[in-house]
Amino acid sequence: MTLTIKRVHLQRDNWSEACPSFRQNNFVEMNESSVMKTYTQQAILCVLALGVSLGAASRSSADVPAAVREAEEARVAVIEQASASVVAIFPPNGQGGGSGVLISPSGLTLTNFHVVQGAGPFLKCGLKDGVVYDAVLIGIDPTGDVAIIQLLGRTDFPYSPLGDSDTVRAGDWAFAMGNPFLLAEDFTPTLTYGMVSGVRRYQYPAGTFLEYTDCIQVDTSINPGNSGGPLFNTSGEVIGINGRISVEKRGRVNAGAGYAISINQIKHFRDHLLSGRVVDHATLGATVRSDEFSNVIIDTILPDCDAFYQGLRRGDEVVSFGGRSIGSVNQFKNVLGIYPKGWKVPLTYRREGQRTEIFVRLQGLHSTGELLQFAEGPAAPRPKQDEKNPEDPEQPRPGLPEMLNPHRQPPPIPEEHAHLYEARLGFANYHFNRLKQEELFAQLKELGDFGGAGAKWTIQGTVASQPPFRLVLSEVACLLEVPSEQRLMLLDLERPETHMAGWNSDGLLMAFQQWQQLLTAGAEAFTEVYYVGSEPLDGAGPRVDVLATMQSGRECRWYFDQKQKQFVGWDISVMDHVPECGIRLQGWIREGAYSRPTGWTLLVPGQAPLEFQVSRMSVEKFEPPALP
Amino acid sequence: MFKPNPRRFLPVLLPMLLACALGLMTARARADTAPAAPSDISDQVFPRIVKLYGAGGLKNLANYGTGVLVSPDGHILTIWNHLLDTEQITVVLDNGRRLEARFVGGAGEAGLAILKVEVKNAPYFDLTRIPRRGPGSPVLGFSNMFNVAAGDEPVSVIHGVIATVTPLDARRGRYDIPYKGDVYIVDAIMNNPGSAGGALTTLEGELLGLIGKELRDSRSNLWINYAIPMYDLNETVGKLIRGEVIANDRMELPAVVQELDTTPLGLRLVPNVVARTPAYLDAVLPGSAAAEQGLQPDDLIVLINDDLIQSCSEFYKYLRTAKRGDLLRITVRRDRELLTVELPVPDFSR
Repeated sequence: MTLTIKRVHLQRDNWSEACPSFRQNNFVEMNESSVMKTYTQQAILCVLALGVSLGAASRSSADVPAAVREAEEARVAVIEQASASVVAIFPPNGQGGGSGVLISPSGLTLTNFHVVQGAGPFLKCGLKDGVVYDAVLIGIDPTGDVAIIQLLGRTDFPYSPLGDSDTVRAGDWAFAMGNPFLLAEDFTPTLTYGMVSGVRRYQYPAGTFLEYTDCIQVDTSINPGNSGGPLFNTSGEVIGINGRISVEKRGRVNAGAGYAISINQIKHFRDHLLSGRVVDHATLGATVRSDEFSNVIIDTILPDCDAFYQGLRRGDEVVSFGGRSIGSVNQFKNVLGIYPKGWKVPLTYRREGQRTEIFVRLQGLHSTGELLQFAEGPAAPRPKQDEKNPEDPEQPRPGLPEMLNPHRQPPPIPEEHAHLYEARLGFANYHFNRLKQEELFAQLKELGDFGGAGAKWTIQGTVASQPPFRLVLSEVACLLEVPSEQRLMLLDLERPETHMAGWNSDGLLMAFQQWQQLLTAGAEAFTEVYYVGSEPLDGAGPRVDVLATMQSGRECRWYFDQKQKQFVGWDISVMDHVPECGIRLQGWIREGAYSRPTGWTLLVPGQAPLEFQVSRMSVEKFEPPALP
Repeated sequence: MFKPNPRRFLPVLLPMLLACALGLMTARARADTAPAAPSDISDQVFPRIVKLYGAGGLKNLANYGTGVLVSPDGHILTIWNHLLDTEQITVVLDNGRRLEARFVGGAGEAGLAILKVEVKNAPYFDLTRIPRRGPGSPVLGFSNMFNVAAGDEPVSVIHGVIATVTPLDARRGRYDIPYKGDVYIVDAIMNNPGSAGGALTTLEGELLGLIGKELRDSRSNLWINYAIPMYDLNETVGKLIRGEVIANDRMELPAVVQELDTTPLGLRLVPNVVARTPAYLDAVLPGSAAAEQGLQPDDLIVLINDDLIQSCSEFYKYLRTAKRGDLLRITVRRDRELLTVELPVPDFSR
């Protein structure tokens, strides 16, 4: 008898696993012998229960239809594969932690901004294989609560494919993986399975930043520590990044409503995040309201935003935006929230029964100064979670509360990775921006040798197949000649109003002056150069990489076709409160030492596109006359 | 002290086994006919659910809720709660249409209410065909939880399993809930702000019950997730729709128990409903010393003998310790004025 009791005692933990209900029994008041007696009794019960359930199980596996078994096996396989890509993220200061998901074999990993906020440029990450990897921060989106980090040390990381969150419907099954409550000492992710409760949800901003637009609502259990982790569809594709929950009187844990940032939004921002910048969301430059017929109406509009230049006015009805029909202000905000600053987005409006489609360039939601506060600095101690959001328990939190990391302090970042981080004002990590700039300038170099600085270019051809034109470009003066008139631009830096005179009222000459600078002097010609990210050219064209340059208040955005690896055009903003001027190159042809454009299209808001055909281009040495 | 007795467990185990076996059989039966995906079912259910906006908006008292359409003419069934304590109840249909609702009637110990909006040929739940389901049945819950679904978005859908069907033993604040019928207890976190009046359905989208308001279990004090089964309530709802008065079946708040009968003092405080109910006078006995010295209803007691009185409870506590014949110097606040009266402690028949 004694022996039996001992064995029973030893196995107690196993039973409590097998029979969870027994765990809840209160043993506190029991004396030793009655505990033993209880264990014995429970042992008998558990053995009975196990035997019976095993019997039921063996019978069931034989009876379950093949289709059900196959579905279950498929699900297990999907989860097995997905779990390998799930990342447990720990800041180096050992405080807190969250989750992430690998999206490329090179180690690119999506997570929440609020997981990496204040953690410094280097992080420690654990995968299901139990290995701790170093990781470096690349870019952050404080408004959308997204960050991309790069895991280091392998080129064959397991990763998960991205799904299409626009096809997700309420009632779909969805599973989340991550490290809730930082439970996994060995980094094996925790799986929770649930249902999509709603799509295209709009969550009001918490504080000034962090707005969840167009997000996916799930009843899948999302808890502190799940932040930044993936939401998968049943095929194991990432459809969102979990980052927010509705909490209320039950405490700061799952209350049946979790929110994931839709993956399609993150796809829009992906290259922006890879630029190492603090990326910004967008505004139209106009506000909307809904009228008594549930139409969405332009309420106010700034007189110097692109939408205004394109013809949008107060009182116009927004019919569709971003390719989606708009029936409520929330829908409008949902669409607006998924695009980065600077994208051109289609907008259809109705005025007096007339429908008009325009492509509007979105402007930044925040000022540079506002974004600067998020630029990376050394890891700072985080505020205690209780200090945030003390009131209003019904409001969703600006993110899940952080978890205290119970694990030991991770080792410091090895020296070998130190070069992967470059501090620069306004950037999360300038290193990755510089790499992209170098890549794009290499593409420009392939266009040939344009004679270096101090050259005079003469380009000849026809305008709209009719009158001939001659365009002369140099560093200090530009000239455009057509039979009816001749316009000269002298680059008098003291008198910017001359930059917009005559034919050049659209900024055409200044656009070409900058173009020549880019091709001859490169980055040296500008006070500031950075890689922006990517966008569909003019809202509907091919994806282009965008390089931005700044020089004396002139801003240019240079476009490089990602697939064709070709320089395809640019936009210039000559000065504030003046519409942009756009040049779209038709193609390039090699002539000797350099390539020349075969022609271009001039784009000015509110005007019909104007085609220029180029027949020849010459490059000469040019000595600018000495100024008196 | 708890002593497990095997004989107590066997009766529990046997039904569990039976339920398992039954569950397996039904699972087999279902697998033969491929069921519709929950997303397709949700699309069918969404048009039958409406969002309600009414009174509330204070902390922990949501001004949003849920209802289900129960007739093609726009009768909406919901839970009778604070949301309806207003003339202006707005209903938002699945397609985003906003309509003003009329209160038709409310009754039944289940605390049901019927609203009406002017629509024709609305999709609705047929209350004459309500299935019953037992423990282990998978269910869907549809509601305007947390008011996430703003604008014209459909409400939220969540999934769960009926854990048990059992009489409701719950309370709200300090009051027990008068409804003592069976409810579906669900394993999903279903009863959230704004959920009350939502639909509990089968996986096929058939209405099973109405999601109830947020309640705590009387004994464990835990929030419970439950829905009121509709299978027996068709007649009640029918009467409500026809405007018939349902006698003796009206949900009333239980009579407020005064902790101490203060009538001998010539005054009565407001019902002590929350933990720190301010000590406002509810009534002053005409002709009493309290009335003669000028106390009025709605005066707020702030001091007794210079001791701060912050709640009804503190007032009662003070009276219990006072000796008969002592003088009570009571200071009350009325608007911005302070008024002090002196009353002898009477004989409270405790």
